[in-house]
Amino acid sequence: MHMADALISPAVGGAMWAVSAGLIGYCSKKVKEDLDERKVPLMGVMGAFIFAAQMINFTIPATGSSGHLGGGLILAILLGPYAAFLVISSVLVVQALFFADGGLLALGCNIFNLGFFPAFVAYPLIYKKIVKDSASPGRILTGSLLAAIIGLQLGAFGVVLETLCSGITSLPFTTFVALMQPIHLGIGIVEGLVTAAVVSFVWKANPEILDLKASTAPSPIMHARQVAIVLLVAAAFTGGFVSWFASEHPDGLEWAIEKVTGKEELENAYNIQDALAQLQEKSAFLPDYSLKVSEAAAAQPGQDQDPRLGTSVSGIVGGFFTLCLAVLVGFALKKRSAGSW
Amino acid sequence: MSHHIVELKNLTYVYPDGTTGICDASVRITHGESVAIIGPNGAGKSTLLLHLNGFLWPSSGSVRIGDAPLTKETIRDVRRTVGMVFQDPDDQLFMPTIHDDVAFGPYNLGLPNEEVEERVNSALSRMGIMHLKDKPPYRLSAGEKRRAAIATVLSMMPDILVMDEPSTGLDPFGRRQLIGILKEFTHTKIIATHDLDLVADLCERAIIIHDGRIKADGPTADIFRDEALLHECGLEKPFSMQSCPICSPVPKP
Amino acid sequence: MADIARSFNDLNFLDHLSTGNSFLHRLDPRVKLLTVMGFIFAVVSFPRYEISSLLPFFFFPAVMIPLANIPVRYLMRKYLFLLPFAVLIGIFNPIFDREPFAFIGPLAVSGGMISFLSILIRFTLTILAAFILVAVTGFNGICLALKRFKVPEVFCVQLMMLYRYIFVLSSEAVKMARARELRSFGRKGQGIKPYVSLIGHLLLRTWDRARRVHTAMLSRGFHGKFYMRRPLALKASDVIFCLAWLFLFIVFRLYDIPAVIGEILTGAVA
Repeated sequence: MHMADALISPAVGGAMWAVSAGLIGYCSKKVKEDLDERKVPLMGVMGAFIFAAQMINFTIPATGSSGHLGGGLILAILLGPYAAFLVISSVLVVQALFFADGGLLALGCNIFNLGFFPAFVAYPLIYKKIVKDSASPGRILTGSLLAAIIGLQLGAFGVVLETLCSGITSLPFTTFVALMQPIHLGIGIVEGLVTAAVVSFVWKANPEILDLKASTAPSPIMHARQVAIVLLVAAAFTGGFVSWFASEHPDGLEWAIEKVTGKEELENAYNIQDALAQLQEKSAFLPDYSLKVSEAAAAQPGQDQDPRLGTSVSGIVGGFFTLCLAVLVGFALKKRSAGSW
Repeated sequence: MSHHIVELKNLTYVYPDGTTGICDASVRITHGESVAIIGPNGAGKSTLLLHLNGFLWPSSGSVRIGDAPLTKETIRDVRRTVGMVFQDPDDQLFMPTIHDDVAFGPYNLGLPNEEVEERVNSALSRMGIMHLKDKPPYRLSAGEKRRAAIATVLSMMPDILVMDEPSTGLDPFGRRQLIGILKEFTHTKIIATHDLDLVADLCERAIIIHDGRIKADGPTADIFRDEALLHECGLEKPFSMQSCPICSPVPKP
Repeated sequence: MADIARSFNDLNFLDHLSTGNSFLHRLDPRVKLLTVMGFIFAVVSFPRYEISSLLPFFFFPAVMIPLANIPVRYLMRKYLFLLPFAVLIGIFNPIFDREPFAFIGPLAVSGGMISFLSILIRFTLTILAAFILVAVTGFNGICLALKRFKVPEVFCVQLMMLYRYIFVLSSEAVKMARARELRSFGRKGQGIKPYVSLIGHLLLRTWDRARRVHTAMLSRGFHGKFYMRRPLALKASDVIFCLAWLFLFIVFRLYDIPAVIGEILTGAVA
């Protein structure tokens, strides 16, 4: 599952962006360092292949639903971890932009969940260990299956953690985990089977393809320790960002702007409202509709209470008015541009 | 102008799997010639062409482009001298826009920006596709793509133009246009194709390859008249040289 | 099958939009990328139960869509296609968060309902922003901007090549999927076995393609470096565009404008 912008907080999104950007920089350096330039066109064309392959569906036996190739693991097997990570990231960039799969801010999370785990955990630590240098259909199957399952479980767990850290969803941790992990177990099994079948197909048709990687990339594999370090950095980054943003300064952006301008902006907000008070009295056409905060909610001390909700009826009226205005502006511009063209 | 000579001497190429691609081929092509390499699918035309640019190395025999034999040291110069237009334009147009594609070669030659621009413009206008300059390749028709692919090579100002199946995928109009444009080139042209009408229009000399061997080498008109030879090599007389079964009188038995 | 042809057409159409020639298309890709990122950042930075403050952000799509000549009908179709996904990710909020949060007259509204609505609004705003970005910048414009923002060249170049070959490989895939469709009746033939052989063949063809592309690059003197002279120079209009929007986003973020308007209209005292 792709993370969406709608569920993410800027702190989590920003932190994961930083981590993924770092990984992209690192992998780009590695790719540039230790291989022939041949890999650049190969990477681009293989990315397009994954993209095209994802558009083709197949029927999953006994379920009637349809699935498609995820592609992270197969890329790692064919291109090696560094190039694969870059290609997966690129596919995600195109999907985020053209199909709104995920989102721009969530891109960092998605790259990490769907790129890091297959390329730097599932492939080197599982697939490679099982298949070693002596490929056989049996080994390819076991390796792909285990690697795909574990990669996707980790990715799904990443989604859970990132979403909960963002605090937009109300799903409790246990429910979320109980929901995500089994679904991704299923997806992982299918992905593993398909990956194994395609790799075996290629291996039979043209074994050179699987060798190419071995010969051009002399085992530049991350060790388990390095993987752990990246994970720690990611966790520390996210955790640090979140606690810095969220707990100490309940409203990150406002806090930041306050820091920059040195002003209490909330006060400002009310000043403006005060200044508009006179205008208000003259122009009010729904004078008596003021609104009450829910007393039940107010009585709940633990409840996340936003004082602005105290104005919900006028909020609704104002919100409606704002939307209408936006639509009107849109239509006016449409007319104008239609006229000028 | 000896440096525009293409010379293959007893060239033999054996694929890594042991099958023979080219067997003992010797050809000498001089400056300004327009030569067709014809033969059915799988005869070895493309394999032969790939030797002219150092993508395949002969198992035995030698390749000489210009004054020097083709070696790892001369390969850069050879690739500049021999412009190669591949069969599928989609393989040749890999950059975001046609401009970038046509500029790719000149930039790799290390030319300064202004000269690159000049060359791009002149190559595009020679191919009559100036208006496609900023378009991405995937927005072009097959004929436009073909012309753009040739422009990417022209911008490097090669002395020898090598083309693999330049007329595949073109409609009759696009094909006609292409022939017209190619006629104006004074380059040495080497065209591998099984479009014999194109050969009849463009090339004064033809070389027939069959099963990796050179079967015939001579003036195009002579070769096309030799029906037994054409038949033996799995080829058919170009339509332009066949008599029309409808309007020409049926010969009396 | 209908699926793959549709995705491909969809991408094609969006790519086509980006070749437009409006004022927005001519802006420097960097400022467009920055503006949209600023927009998304501001939108997602609101706390969970925020609704009214998010609404002024609709001015951004409302202004950009007509100026960029993006067909609203197309956007709506794309949006409605994605909506079930948004509902799916938000639907848990009303289920798990049932505390009454506010009353509208006699109606109690739970916190979950509010945050669900908030998620839908965020979703709408963020995906519109992403589509607007592509439609006025184009994918290659975005890559160029990334390159200028010091994203490694290897990454940018293979990103551009990926995009270039999507158009080649997708049409190959569409043809192969169509051939499979024509010879499979109902569910038969759509199973894993033919799928694997289809994907496997596509992969082998792709591999060959990559080799040929590389050959074509070498024959034009490629030695590992990509040159692309695309002079990007910031004009005054670029800077003004970016700063004006970012300023507005900050104002929208800091002041609950609909609440102010609402208070004016209803006469409620702050």
